Amino acid sequence: MEELKIRPIRNGTVVDHIPRGQALNVLRVLGVDSSTRDVVSVAMNVPSDAMGRKDIVKVEDTEIDSTEADVIALIAPDATVNVVRDYEVREKYQVSMPDEIRGVLSCPNPNCITNSREPVETVFDVRDGEMRCDFCGTVLGDEIADHLV
Amino acid sequence: MDIIDTKSMSKDDILRLLDRASTIGPSDALSGRVLGLLFFEPSTRTRMSFDAAVKRLGGDTVDMGSVDSSSVQKGETLADTVRVVEGYADALVLRHPREGAPRLASQFVDVPVINAGDGAGHHPTQTLLDLYTVRENVDASLGDLHVGIMGDLKYGRTVHSLALALAKFGARVTFVSPPSLRVPENVRTELERAGVEFDEVEVIDGIVGSLDVLYATRIQKERFPDEKEYEKVAGEYRVTTETLESARDDLVLMHPLPRVDEIAPGVDETEHAHYFEQAHNGVPVRMAVLDTVM
Ligand SMILES: [Zn+2]
Repeated sequence: MEELKIRPIRNGTVVDHIPRGQALNVLRVLGVDSSTRDVVSVAMNVPSDAMGRKDIVKVEDTEIDSTEADVIALIAPDATVNVVRDYEVREKYQVSMPDEIRGVLSCPNPNCITNSREPVETVFDVRDGEMRCDFCGTVLGDEIADHLV
Repeated sequence: MDIIDTKSMSKDDILRLLDRASTIGPSDALSGRVLGLLFFEPSTRTRMSFDAAVKRLGGDTVDMGSVDSSSVQKGETLADTVRVVEGYADALVLRHPREGAPRLASQFVDVPVINAGDGAGHHPTQTLLDLYTVRENVDASLGDLHVGIMGDLKYGRTVHSLALALAKFGARVTFVSPPSLRVPENVRTELERAGVEFDEVEVIDGIVGSLDVLYATRIQKERFPDEKEYEKVAGEYRVTTETLESARDDLVLMHPLPRVDEIAPGVDETEHAHYFEQAHNGVPVRMAVLDTVM
């Protein structure tokens, strides 16, 4: 079990099969930052049969539901999410691209109304693997990590 | 119903509005109704045109006035401004320097929002009046057409919307511009995806004879690093009576106005000149829009 490279957790969520170098971005997507009180473990460059090297993230005492997990698909399309209760994996799912991404990304167009101080969440429509700002129509390309809110 | 962009309107929606525009006349249809005009950047013509349109239908306007005399100056958000003005009006016309502002406004109010230009985004009533002018003069189906669009195709937002709208109806588009003012990559991708038949040339001479419509756009001095460069380009893309010598007799020449040097005054006297009529068409088209949404 590769997951044992970091100690098993009692309760929480394990995100596995993250492309190497993206672990910290996955945490950003999940809204985990320095203010968190949860125990968070990050493993980077873990050898993997399927991926060569991969990253793994564990967040203790927090369960990520599948809607939240789907946002991970933006940067880790092959990630798997394991929800652990009492040391057992109780739920396991593959992430999949959502139809719409709310509040997670900022619009790359500096002149977009969402980049002014208006009380709105950004919304991106996902279609054909492309994310398009619902307000101004700007397409977000490969620079997703730079636009995580 | 909001009017945010023509892109999200179906062919039928567009044709219904244009049909309405061609029959609409003065009436009391909007008697007792009030249109809110919120212009966060100046555009006297568009404002006057909306004002005229609602008044011809018996309605009236309330106008936010210029930004420096309003609460916006005090730092109010757009979301707050539209929620306040919603209480004074039955529909809002919004012009704003930021892209996406009308979409945002529509999320905060229940009354219809009409986009009168959002930054480099859309200006749907301009696109509709352009289509209306083509339809009234060339082809009611808007389909079997060859349209030349010439000038500043990089920054000219009206031409992107127009090209995409024409595409819906199957028209063929030729873009004429210097390399520095070509249609931007993202717009080209969008046109390709929409299945638009288009090509790009640097000079108009070779194609003018096959055009049904020539749409000249404003070339803005401030887009050029120096005056000389501007004058060179402006000179090359100026429409004169010579430019039109090889044109068909029924070529329709359009321009969103105001023009600077893009069309020589001598052309005004020819049968090709349709740009003043085009500007006037803003009124029936906006009447049709208001009559539909209010
Ligand atoms: Zn945007």
